[in-house]
Amino acid sequence: MPGNHQNGPLRVAIIGAGPSGFYAAEALLRSQVPVEVTVVERLPSPHGLVRSGVAPDHPKLKQAAIVFERIAQSEGFCFIGNVTVGKAITVQEILTTHHCVILAYGASEDQRIGIPGEDLAGCHAAKEFVGWYNGHPDYGDCHFDLSGETAVIIGQGNVALDVARILSKPVDELRTTDIASHAIEVLAESRIREIHVVGRRGPAQAKFTSPELREFGTIPGCDPVALESDLALNEASQAETSDRMSRTITTNLDILGGYTTRRTELAGKSCHFQFFLAPQAILGTDRVTGVRFARTTLTGPAFGQRAIVTDNEWTLPCQFILRSVGYRGAPIEGVPFDSRRGLLPNDSGRVVHEDGRPVNAVYATGWIKRGPSGIIGTNRADSAATVEALLADVDSLMNGPREGADGLWNLLTDRGVRATTLSDWRRIDAAEIERGKPLGKPRDKIACVNEMLGFCEPANG
Amino acid sequence: MPAIVTDNCNACRFTECVAVCPVECFHADDDMVYVDRDTCIDCCACIPACPVQAIYMEGELPEDKRQWVSINTQKAAELPAITGKHQPLPGAEEKRSVLGY
Ligand SMILES: Cc1cc2nc3c(=O)[nH]c(=O)nc-3n(C[C@H](O)[C@H](O)[C@H](O)COP(=O)(O)OP(=O)(O)OC[C@H]3O[C@@H](n4cnc5c(N)ncnc54)[C@H](O)[C@@H]3O)c2cc1C
Ligand SMILES: NC(=O)c1ccc[n+]([C@@H]2O[C@H](COP(=O)([O-])OP(=O)(O)OC[C@H]3O[C@@H](n4cnc5c(N)ncnc54)[C@H](OP(=O)(O)O)[C@@H]3O)[C@@H](O)[C@H]2O)c1
Repeated sequence: MPGNHQNGPLRVAIIGAGPSGFYAAEALLRSQVPVEVTVVERLPSPHGLVRSGVAPDHPKLKQAAIVFERIAQSEGFCFIGNVTVGKAITVQEILTTHHCVILAYGASEDQRIGIPGEDLAGCHAAKEFVGWYNGHPDYGDCHFDLSGETAVIIGQGNVALDVARILSKPVDELRTTDIASHAIEVLAESRIREIHVVGRRGPAQAKFTSPELREFGTIPGCDPVALESDLALNEASQAETSDRMSRTITTNLDILGGYTTRRTELAGKSCHFQFFLAPQAILGTDRVTGVRFARTTLTGPAFGQRAIVTDNEWTLPCQFILRSVGYRGAPIEGVPFDSRRGLLPNDSGRVVHEDGRPVNAVYATGWIKRGPSGIIGTNRADSAATVEALLADVDSLMNGPREGADGLWNLLTDRGVRATTLSDWRRIDAAEIERGKPLGKPRDKIACVNEMLGFCEPANG
Repeated sequence: MPAIVTDNCNACRFTECVAVCPVECFHADDDMVYVDRDTCIDCCACIPACPVQAIYMEGELPEDKRQWVSINTQKAAELPAITGKHQPLPGAEEKRSVLGY
């Protein structure tokens, strides 16, 4: 247990108000040490990817936000929104008003495949499509042309399933969700009938979770399709299915087995799960006309199998492509960055220099610490671990008093930064809920920061 | 379709599930943990976290474990929630090896 703390409470700044930031705040505020946390967020709205990533047709998952709001009401919690750390203010400047900083700013970039044609019109990162249908202000101006009949999604994680589901579902099922209104208008005009979710490895290696995969068997007017021949397993994949800690694989194979014989609604939409196809090139001259794949075989031990491309190529004509091959973290000024892995180099949450020495008073949690994988709850255990490391350092961190949130707020407003508060967020939240009522939506999101600011307390007022 | 804790948890209570639950929906007695179905948000985080694979989504529950649906509902209502990881019960490691995990 830390000793005596004459310097007042430990003042911690958390950068990013997503799940990892909130769970770090929770772990700190529940600790035995007197703490105040200031959460600094780029947008006026908190909740990170729970607001702008989690699919609108999965409202139950969005209830994680109720927990975040409860944490925000704790004594010692302060929110400062509309401040991009690294631009409006540096980490070093924040350290003049706080004893330490926890970086919890997520993975804001997308991973590229690295093949020709990725920048052709009609080929987008799934991240943009997701941000757009979820009303993230960065993507309010995006345009997606859904006038073709065939869409291809490259990658087989849960994000690929999310975007495939949004393209597969009858638009009327989405109207009463919190999906952005601009997305409903475009989806209502969508002519896409065939959706292909394509992986470079096999069905046993797909990163889908089972309830999400099973849901494709329940979408009205859209048949899930898988090929029997894709479901044959090599020896290493058989070993993977018999691993008792990996129940998901067997369940997924069962579900896909069911999709080999289900084609009933030949007139409607279909969603095809395809395997052993590595993308080689996006085809087209001024816009997408197809994807050329190479068929693959797997090599390597169970749980370490890699796709090896063969000479056998196959072209899938299509008009719309989403690459869903993962997110990627971005560096922040003045802090070491591992550009190969796209995350902050760290030792149990302590950010470290290239030589392994810890950077004084700088910690990391969530996607920017681990890389872009794991679900909401994964970040809770992760943030608890980072906070444990931080609290073990508390005696060296508390090297004099700090002004905390008030000091930071003054620093920001002195330089003309238009920062927002938790009450501002409550006003935005109330306005969105109100706007949603006549539409039968739980909320109608405001997808523009300036418009959000219109609902906030006037600056310096 | 919430998560359901089943017999493998009994006498182990590793509580890895509690550490990754985003909404604190686990309740515990001296033997094991149970899920409050009204709080669970069906995120599946707890399922791979369990060292003895005691947890299933209700829709994926094997036939011979269906009784655990009502046991979870009933016990979660009677017992206090647990919010953080606890020490596993004494003998948990032995039980884990007996179960073959
Ligand atoms: C499309 C998608 C769907 C998902 N669906 C689910 C799901 O259904 N269920 C589930 O359990 N998990 C889901 N996940 C995973 C889950 O969202 C992540 O595990 C989680 O959000 C990661 O938390 P984080 O706090 O590390 O990052 P984020 O949630 O990304 O939060 C980071 C926050 O930091 C802010 N920020 C970024 N840069 C700065 C800066 N410079 N200064 C200040 N603030 C900054 C961002 O605006 C954001 O609010 C999904 C992920 C994606 C991508
Ligand atoms: N409902 C939910 O619970 C939910 C919803 C959305 C997201 N999430 C979570 O959020 C995290 C991120 O999801 P994600 O889907 O972005 O990532 P992911 O699960 O890591 O999936 C990425 C996919 O992209 C493929 N890929 C990577 N590079 C490729 C390349 N060069 N060519 C072809 N394919 C390539 C991967 O294949 P290989 O396996 O061969 O590398 C994999 O199938 C995950 O942990 C996910 O579970 C959860």
